[in-house]
Amino acid sequence: METARIIPCLDLDQGRVVKGVRYLGLRDAGDPVELARRYSEDGADEIVMLDITASAQGRAATVELLARAAAEVFVPLTIGGGVSSVEDARRLLRAGADKVAVNSAAVARPELIEELAAEFGSQCVVLAIDVRKRAESYEVVTHGGRRPSAREAVSWARTGARLGAGELLVTSMDRDGTEAGYDLALYALLAGAVELPLVASGGVGDLEQLAAGYLRGGADGLLAASIFHYGRYSLREARERLSQLGVPLRSLPPGQSAGEPGWGTVLR
Amino acid sequence: MIAVCDYGIGNLASAEKALLAVGAPARLVRRPEEAAQASGIVLPGVGSFAACARALRNSGFDELCRAAVLEERPLLGICVGMQLLFEASEESPGTAGLGLLGGVVRRLPPGRRRPQMQWNLVTPTRPNGLLATPEWFYFVHSYYAVPERDDDVLARADYGVCLPAVVGRGRLLATQFHPEKSGPAGLWLLARFAESCAAT
Repeated sequence: METARIIPCLDLDQGRVVKGVRYLGLRDAGDPVELARRYSEDGADEIVMLDITASAQGRAATVELLARAAAEVFVPLTIGGGVSSVEDARRLLRAGADKVAVNSAAVARPELIEELAAEFGSQCVVLAIDVRKRAESYEVVTHGGRRPSAREAVSWARTGARLGAGELLVTSMDRDGTEAGYDLALYALLAGAVELPLVASGGVGDLEQLAAGYLRGGADGLLAASIFHYGRYSLREARERLSQLGVPLRSLPPGQSAGEPGWGTVLR
Repeated sequence: MIAVCDYGIGNLASAEKALLAVGAPARLVRRPEEAAQASGIVLPGVGSFAACARALRNSGFDELCRAAVLEERPLLGICVGMQLLFEASEESPGTAGLGLLGGVVRRLPPGRRRPQMQWNLVTPTRPNGLLATPEWFYFVHSYYAVPERDDDVLARADYGVCLPAVVGRGRLLATQFHPEKSGPAGLWLLARFAESCAAT
């Protein structure tokens, strides 16, 4: 059957999880290792970790911290931030990533997607796209929203798919951190244009909005950050509510859904 | 010791990590000789069929897998590691698989998102050592195995097609999904495989 995926996202800056609004005004949201463990145990379908200042500072993501967090995670883990070469990606995969997200460097040099797919397989390559709404279309922005590009979102998504990306992670910069809900029109547009798995990101403030990403936007990956970090909803509450709203999700094994302490801990 | 074959492709650390988490004595091995005394063998695989098949041959791990099956040592293929057990794949025409199981690997039909990148419900169809009841596991793949013999299919999942999710014969077992990324259900499955290795 087809199921949607609930994906908590950890934006990292200087060793901490942070969250801003439209990529600015970053506020501390906790310890990455602690949050990664909690989300993995509580029923996240996947976890995304992005070193959000890496590209702007011209460096690759901090591997050591990511490795410590990855050790706590037994669901698929996507890591991104400043990846601009096959070697950068290899370091992240060795640190425990299952998938690597590329963004700014792929816009500058699209062949990077091809190189990564050839080396590690498409299933490893997530094309992360940050967009800003313009009058008639969606403009791709890079470097954590600091730089505009000449690219338009739908054609860039198609190009990425052709070059071998295995998944799209599309963030609406206008909605990021605003709690105004996903930009559903954006995802409906992309879901119709590309066959790849599609992760919606940016703007979720409540569980109805999270569900709408699948029900109305047609995205199969539903990414959110603040609603989980600050404890407004637990992963379990999210799963229950989304199921009620008609979003198909995997059911958690008994015990995990009954709120017992982490399985990872029990098995260790 | 359970040997996790590291034949030079992708992220194999997560299979080792998950086995260690359930208390299994797993170790990444870079040369087949290091697996000579292993009580069980795990053959992971990510990337393209051709790239994996080539790397498997160049590293000599193909012979290790063949020998393991002859000696009836437990062997667990994962994802492309499962596909490699078959004869060939539509993904890489002209590249031979190990041919330990009869059948070929085909592309998922259109109509659903490709790759399948999600949790799917896996239902056992024959008694097997890995899975007794339906469970959810994480899949990432665009191709799926079509075994010649129906008896080789041990569990199925539905994704537009009815796809074999666990296959095997005797102590040769394989999953199309990733148990090492499938939370507690996956860890349980790996623990069962580890038990079968310990019983050897």
